Amino acid sequence: MSEVTALKAGLLADIESADTLAQVEELRVGALGKSGVVTALLKTLGGMSPEERLEKGPPIQDLRTSVTDAIAAKKAALEAAELNARLASERLDMTLPAEAAPQGSVHPVSQVMDELAEIFADLGFAVATGPEIEDDWRNFTALNIPETHPARAMHDTFYFPDTDAEGRAMLLRTHTSPVQIRTMTSNPPPIRIIAPGRVYRSDSDATHTPMFHQIEGLVIDKGIHLGHLKWTLETFLKAFFERDDITLRLRPSYFPFTEPSVEVDVGYTIEKGQRVIGGSGDAPGGGWMEVLGSGMVNRRVIENCGLDPDEWQGFAFGTGVDRLAMLKYGMNDLRAFFDGDLRWLRHYGFSALDVPTLSGGVGA
Amino acid sequence: MKFTLSWLKEHLETEASLADILVALNAIGLEVEGVENPAEKLAGFKVARVLTAAPHPQADKLQVLTVDQGDGMPLQVVCGAPNARAGLVGVFGVEGAVVPANGMVLKKAAIRGVESNGMMCSTRELELGDDHDGIIELPAEAPVGSDFADYASLNDPVIDLSITPNRQDCMGVRGIARDLAAKGVGTLKPLRSVYRMPAAPLPTDGPDPDVATLDPEGCPAFYGQEVRGVKNGTAPDWMARNLKAIGQKPISCLVDITNFVMIDLGRPLHVYDKAKLSGGLVARKAKAGEQVLALNGKTYTLDEGMTVIADSAHVHDIGGIMGGEDSGVSEATTDVVVECAYFTPESIARTGQKLGLTSDARQRFERGVDPAFLDEGLEIATWLIVQHCGGTPSDATRAGTPPVAPRNFAYDPAMTERLAGFTLDAEAQRAILEKLGFGVGADWIITVPTWRRDVDGAPDIVEEVVRIHGLENVPSTPLPRAPGVAKPTATPEQMTERRARRAAAARGLSEAINWSFISEKEAASVGGGDWTLANPISEDLKVMRPSLLPGLLAAAARNQARGASSVRLFEIGRRYFRAEDGSSIERLTLAIVMAGDKRPRGWQSGKARAFDAFDAKAEALVLLGAAGAPVGNLQMFGEAGDAYHPGQSGTLRLGPKTVLAEYGVLHPALAKAFDLSGTVVAAQLFLDSIPAKRKAGLMRAPYAPPALQAVTRDFAFLMPEALEADALVRAVRQADKKNIVDARLFDVFTGAGVEPGMKSLAVEVTLQPGEKSFTEEELVGISTAVVKAAEKLGGVLRG
Repeated sequence: MSEVTALKAGLLADIESADTLAQVEELRVGALGKSGVVTALLKTLGGMSPEERLEKGPPIQDLRTSVTDAIAAKKAALEAAELNARLASERLDMTLPAEAAPQGSVHPVSQVMDELAEIFADLGFAVATGPEIEDDWRNFTALNIPETHPARAMHDTFYFPDTDAEGRAMLLRTHTSPVQIRTMTSNPPPIRIIAPGRVYRSDSDATHTPMFHQIEGLVIDKGIHLGHLKWTLETFLKAFFERDDITLRLRPSYFPFTEPSVEVDVGYTIEKGQRVIGGSGDAPGGGWMEVLGSGMVNRRVIENCGLDPDEWQGFAFGTGVDRLAMLKYGMNDLRAFFDGDLRWLRHYGFSALDVPTLSGGVGA
Repeated sequence: MKFTLSWLKEHLETEASLADILVALNAIGLEVEGVENPAEKLAGFKVARVLTAAPHPQADKLQVLTVDQGDGMPLQVVCGAPNARAGLVGVFGVEGAVVPANGMVLKKAAIRGVESNGMMCSTRELELGDDHDGIIELPAEAPVGSDFADYASLNDPVIDLSITPNRQDCMGVRGIARDLAAKGVGTLKPLRSVYRMPAAPLPTDGPDPDVATLDPEGCPAFYGQEVRGVKNGTAPDWMARNLKAIGQKPISCLVDITNFVMIDLGRPLHVYDKAKLSGGLVARKAKAGEQVLALNGKTYTLDEGMTVIADSAHVHDIGGIMGGEDSGVSEATTDVVVECAYFTPESIARTGQKLGLTSDARQRFERGVDPAFLDEGLEIATWLIVQHCGGTPSDATRAGTPPVAPRNFAYDPAMTERLAGFTLDAEAQRAILEKLGFGVGADWIITVPTWRRDVDGAPDIVEEVVRIHGLENVPSTPLPRAPGVAKPTATPEQMTERRARRAAAARGLSEAINWSFISEKEAASVGGGDWTLANPISEDLKVMRPSLLPGLLAAAARNQARGASSVRLFEIGRRYFRAEDGSSIERLTLAIVMAGDKRPRGWQSGKARAFDAFDAKAEALVLLGAAGAPVGNLQMFGEAGDAYHPGQSGTLRLGPKTVLAEYGVLHPALAKAFDLSGTVVAAQLFLDSIPAKRKAGLMRAPYAPPALQAVTRDFAFLMPEALEADALVRAVRQADKKNIVDARLFDVFTGAGVEPGMKSLAVEVTLQPGEKSFTEEELVGISTAVVKAAEKLGGVLRG
């Protein structure tokens, strides 16, 4: 065994047995430093004859490469071990709770109004609005409800002691129908609108609150008839409840502002003790539930708005938004809608990201 | 409107089943509210005879009966009724029957050691009356073993209809029968045969009654007839049974006759006790302040717009609404005056509304009774009185004239298609109309029947045809659709509202919907409201809110009372103000209230943290931004109003006048008034004040990032303590508009090293170089300008 071979074996053994980075560094300086043993051997190569260098050079070069590689490998191994040791010491209890973000919600009435706007936008209906404090002309008279008409008694109206500039009594609108009048008197036909909003009646019990939400629909055009009304309501209800088996039952009824007037029932079945909209109400275990009032707009109403009823005709409908929400999402107490109970709002409310869209579905 | 099936069949000859009749009623617009057969409750109750009665061995008040219930196997029954005795025929509930009054299921049981099978019942137990002193006693010939419901003619479904206000004619059973006949559910029987009236009129005797009308506007016709020598006993069984079945308590034969005719024919009547009248009866306008004690026991004070029936001394009737107590009939009555009048609907409606008085008669008169039915109505009433109370009628007196002028108009059968969308043969339309009583001329001139006051034009005729032919024939017809994808419909205001709502929910706030009206006290706490209801449903819901805060604060307090430790609520709704001209101004507003813990105690953050004014400010800014307000241009002012802590609140404005938001810590007094605990913060955002964005195209400005990176420099100034930080930041930004693109306050400090009356404010200034990097001289120049700007505000650069 030559001297070089012995040196190599000794150095590699030392490197192998080093267990700190400092020892490795010490070994590197001792072998490869300016006055290291390997450096010294390398220096001898310069004084050799070419023949001698040919013979002794390769083992020396091999010595340097082996020692350099061994040091690098050892250093990497020791560094890795040190990092692992540090990481092990940094261990956290990852079952500790992260900070929770507060949970907000959109009220079901707002959500349903957005759903309705989305559905009706596809049918070409814009959303119209009007004031909640109305005059009695728009709320009653223009809608063909004269002062002594028994239909006024059907509305438990909240009145103000005030009158407007034209001497009309001011009141809280009892329905969203005055928006029909406002639309027809300000926009030329053809008209397709829905008008959602708050309405008020002096009524308070388990199923009535003095304030609630309605949505009104109005179409004024040429050649519009009851068949269009029927299709519109079917189409809307199918889209809203996301069921193709929605079955309507139309019943003749009476509203002063429509003629003919039609009440619309929708079939339901009882599933797990709850009414589920869909199917025929005449099916076993089924029933009919009144959901909408509607009809062809009364000629007098069209005239009252300054339009020619021989030229323009159309239909109107109205329904309760709160009720639609209850039927779709299963709430059973209307009063809770207006109580602001955070537990209820979180339970029945909607995420900010549940924006109703036609592509994603209007229900959430 | 309630009636029984057998009652309906008095007028309608039909083989149709109950189910078919109900379907037809709904189909023609007579909405079925409910149907109930009293016999269902009485299943298992039979006619039975007590065979023997012996004292109970263990109890003085009980007897042991043997009861024959028709099957030849008498049962032993323990009974406590004092009238129980051998031979009595009564009503026996068999084992398994359910007692209607208390829901108890009858079982075989031992009562004081004696076996008892079933129960002999009182009227109260069967919900047939109030009597509970003893068991029911039936006539001895009652068929033992038959179902009691059948025996008592209670096996007769009661139908309840919701009659729309236009259909007075269906406020009587006959009108309903007529509608059903038109639908094809049987045929209408002639009226005289329904009442079993002879063809010849009754013989009359004595003078006609003295009745007159001095009020042709309110009471255009007042017909009267006298019947002398009556005996006012109880109504005949069939009449009493019908009235009872629909929940009307039989009172006396005369009163029951008027009630029966009103419900049967929709024709209200009134009967006066002649002996209690002073002279004749006259319909006239009331005198102001005149009073009448009505049959409901209340005294009403009348005014000159109201029609009354009076004699020479008193008012006896609020015409067409309610009779008077003083002239009502009693058991002692012998001579009566029957009133059959026509009252003008508008007048009845006004009087009824003013007095707040409803009655079955008002309901019918204000909807408009058949003006051509006075003679027949009077004749039928008189016939029934003579039949069941005896006596001799006078001739009728007819004062005034009812408004019976025929009403005609032209109708084009093609109109049905125009409005309803289906075609129906003209002759089929004619047949429907004629069955309903319309006259249809060869030229399609329609004559409206006198009982159909609601019909006055061609669309009404379409309605009649459609409802009888059937709405199911209306073809579902798609609305014409504009080509292409549906166009957007939301207005900018609607988009603002939607974005604000969803942003608030995304920020962790829950949306509440509160009443639009608040109490006067709550309104006063936020500056008072412009609109106060004349007829609020309660004092708590009286004033239209000028602020959304009271509603949210009340909701927050309810949540705290339920134990919520952190409340984050918002509402989007209107605030209500009155314009100069008396019209309503309704301002769309988003309000938030946050109370309790902003962050609960935590292992990282330590103690729970309450909300502060800057939390409210942060929400206001974020939500205004989401709603589309130019947040970068907002100026900060104070003056958030009395609802807020005067030193911890502010407003955000565009220019000095346009307030977009108010925010801050709620005034502790207000928090206390609402029973809120802890610091409460709030904000209101005035969404309607956000300026509309100028319509720009969809294309964005070209992207041109600066060539060189921005640099930042920090400055710390000693500033007068009263100086608002924003003034310094704005001054710094303005110091070199070309190079300074941003200035951000990052530290505020008072205390050690800062002299009293001063504070240290540190600002990070962002400088954006243009084509070339800043030279040292340029940087010095910018710094000098910044320092000068601070010095102008009384500041000094900290060394």
